[in-house]
Amino acid sequence: MTKDLLGLEETSEKEIRFFLDSTETFKEVLSRPIKKVPTLRGKTIVTLFYEPSTRTRMSFELAGKRMGADVSNIAVSGSSIEKGESLKDTIRTIEAMGTDLIIIRHGKAGAPHLAAKTTNACVINAGDGAHEHPTQGLLDLFTIQEKKGKIAGLHVLIVGDIAHSRVARSDIWGLTKMGAKVTVCGPPTLIPVEIAKMGVSVSYDLNSVLSSADVIYVLRLQLERQKKGLFPSIQEYIQYYAITKERLAQAKTDALIMHPGPMNIGLEITEEVAASIHSAIQEQVFNGVAIRMAVLNYLLGGKEHEVDS
Amino acid sequence: MKWILKNARLFDPSRNLDIISDLLIENEKIAGIGKNLSIEGASVHDMTGKLAVPGMMDMHVHLREPGREDKETIETGCKAAAKGGFIAVACMPNTNPPLDDLSTLHYVLNKSRNAPVKVYPIACVSKGEKGEEISEMGKLAEEGAVGFSDDGKPVKTAELMRRAMEYSKMFDKVIIDHNEEETLAQGVMHEGYYSTLLGLKGIPSESETIAVARNIALAELTGGRYHAAHLSSAKSVDLIRKAKEKGVKVTAEVTIHHLLLTHESLITYDTNYKINPPLRTETDREALLKGLEDGTIDCIVSDHAPHTREEKEMEFDLAPFGISGVEILVPLLLSELITKEKLSLKRGVEALSLKPYQILGLKQPSIKENEPANLTILDLNASRIIKVSEFQSKGKNSPYDGKVVTGTPVMTVLNGERKT
Amino acid sequence: MNKAAAKSSTLVLDEERIQRTLSRIAHEILEYHKGTDNLAFIGIRTRGVFLSDRLAEEIEDLEKVRIPTGVLDITLYRDDLSLLSDFPVMKKTEIPYDVTGKKIILVDDVLYTGRTVRAAIDEILDLGRPLAIQLAVLIDRGHRELPFRADFIGKNLPTSLNEQVEVRLKECDPEEGVWIVKKGV
Repeated sequence: MTKDLLGLEETSEKEIRFFLDSTETFKEVLSRPIKKVPTLRGKTIVTLFYEPSTRTRMSFELAGKRMGADVSNIAVSGSSIEKGESLKDTIRTIEAMGTDLIIIRHGKAGAPHLAAKTTNACVINAGDGAHEHPTQGLLDLFTIQEKKGKIAGLHVLIVGDIAHSRVARSDIWGLTKMGAKVTVCGPPTLIPVEIAKMGVSVSYDLNSVLSSADVIYVLRLQLERQKKGLFPSIQEYIQYYAITKERLAQAKTDALIMHPGPMNIGLEITEEVAASIHSAIQEQVFNGVAIRMAVLNYLLGGKEHEVDS
Repeated sequence: MKWILKNARLFDPSRNLDIISDLLIENEKIAGIGKNLSIEGASVHDMTGKLAVPGMMDMHVHLREPGREDKETIETGCKAAAKGGFIAVACMPNTNPPLDDLSTLHYVLNKSRNAPVKVYPIACVSKGEKGEEISEMGKLAEEGAVGFSDDGKPVKTAELMRRAMEYSKMFDKVIIDHNEEETLAQGVMHEGYYSTLLGLKGIPSESETIAVARNIALAELTGGRYHAAHLSSAKSVDLIRKAKEKGVKVTAEVTIHHLLLTHESLITYDTNYKINPPLRTETDREALLKGLEDGTIDCIVSDHAPHTREEKEMEFDLAPFGISGVEILVPLLLSELITKEKLSLKRGVEALSLKPYQILGLKQPSIKENEPANLTILDLNASRIIKVSEFQSKGKNSPYDGKVVTGTPVMTVLNGERKT
Repeated sequence: MNKAAAKSSTLVLDEERIQRTLSRIAHEILEYHKGTDNLAFIGIRTRGVFLSDRLAEEIEDLEKVRIPTGVLDITLYRDDLSLLSDFPVMKKTEIPYDVTGKKIILVDDVLYTGRTVRAAIDEILDLGRPLAIQLAVLIDRGHRELPFRADFIGKNLPTSLNEQVEVRLKECDPEEGVWIVKKGV
């Protein structure tokens, strides 16, 4: 095992299974009147976010605090980072203050790898560019398993901007390792080259793949992609790829709808679909804290002494 | 001063020379070749088991001076080149200011006068490398520029390239292009499976092949001489091969890195592998090697691109492109390609000792009596560990740190004088 | 049965003695509390759970009242947690009743340093506010590192530090009994 969680590509099936199993333990803790255990008392966790994110940062912060750790948050604006301090120097400074674990969100792919090489502290990748977002991948796996009772054998359809999506990559690694069949669907300009080598099928025609999907995972569409000419207009995207009530009607009656948030309601997904009984979007958010507790426990939980009584 | 290289294997493909012999150097010249030379007053260097070839040249290095002396200076870059087995380098003009006028040209020539390697400056194709007006090629060529390039960037437009190729015919100088269709080259690595996996923006091979095709067409149109810098893709090799068959005046180079590495190396986001053009697929690598062996690709270069540690220890997207390579090109070539019989010794030596001089219109060194004594001496059996901490170059940016190589340069002789 | 146990272990309690001991503890609990009002068991994983179930059964036989039982996993509360493997099995705390206002009887197999009891009490207090917490153990082997004592003890077993007390129960082990095992033999 390593000191870091940088991606699900390098995480084994055994480790993934362990995370999913131990998440149950933490869901029980979260159901208590006092939602707090002392497991990580005395540990210091820093969230270092170079991109704004409310839900992921807060989810990690709550996970740390509910494990009894001290959690500090560094956001880019107003810090020395904006004055041009390098990532390496920032990481060294954070380490020098006695930090045990750094949670990093960064717009550049590979930034967490650089951070991990720089420090002895544990590093969790909370999303790096278009690379990976492993805790999102884990919470998606957990939610699918919880709602469907299994992952192996399911057909998961990931719809939208695959090329720029770190969620898609983490989900693809996680789902394929756990035995699901994955199809990615979107306009060819948003499907990265040679993605089939990651073990997925590729489709440009949503209507042809909807009916066999057990899970429809809808990705957030970044509006700036349109400005870069990757698709001609929002209207045309909606016409071909939005998940609407009509499209949902073509899917299996027990199909699950998921979305990593935040949603562009009326764009990649309609309000009706997001609020339907098919939707597991709220569960994803709830499970996020528990899965992150499981990850923190795995990386930081007592490993120093021998068990004696 | 007289000195004798005793019992060396003398290897000069231009003369089909491959003998074990002694070699006498006197007054800057090769004064004698023969068995058991014994000259009174000459110092004797035992070269048993060593290989002497015509002095090698790296025709694509960045010396960074003037402007970025924190990355490299002419002094440190030349020391590195000499240690790397070279007696000459051609340096690219993307300095600050760019080498586009006589004052900067003279600055480089003056600064390198006493360097352990001969420095041949390449001047800008366009003033300020801006891609607008062609530089004063005539004056620059007369004062010592050996070729023209906007390297670091492509020659911006087809129109500019056409004019440059036409105009340079007056002086029979070569136009060297960093072949790149810039609108397709906005990424940081080869576009393929690994760019998809790593979530990094890719540069497709076509970014290069489109530019190579443009340049070949213009060389054909103008009759000018075009040299394709640092080829990286199989398709480009095919284009060059066909152009040569047609008789177009085109030559090409490849870096040692593109001959040894592929995009798979980037899997850990190590910025030391970040180069432009990017490392591509195994198919490309094999095609480049084949192109080098069959003569489609004329020479091997380092594209020596020193950077500071701080610059390279950045997020992958933000780190600059390039490897500090002039010191390790020859050891890697010997160790990984020639000793392992992936490239013939003849082609390896031609690619460094002969072709660069031909392309740049320089007199090529020759192992022959009464010729200037310009030699590189190699030990094909010596093993050592590459250590960036021991680099003469200021640029420690190399992915080969810690690699064990067998085969290394042991001596260079420039105009009869031992430099390393 | 493992080799060490076969060669250098001494049987202290057999299956029958364990059952009789539990029966006595059940009587003591009823006597002390004068009945079963507000009583509740919490067993500490793993063997404390089976012991608390057996105590509840004994009392049910005697009083025809089923005392609620719960399961406590103290993994997240330990101060001496370490890796038994890279993947320590994570289990849940499962207490199907509100601990607030209850007289909790915490059940474990062996009382030793007292650190497990400390962790268990911490966890119970995070779950609510019991009226009281008492401790019942099958074996008290001494060597306390924290100031705890048990309210109900099956057997006091003076041991040296190089000995180990092994409790095996039929619910989870191939045979039942309590052994003293010499370490390092």
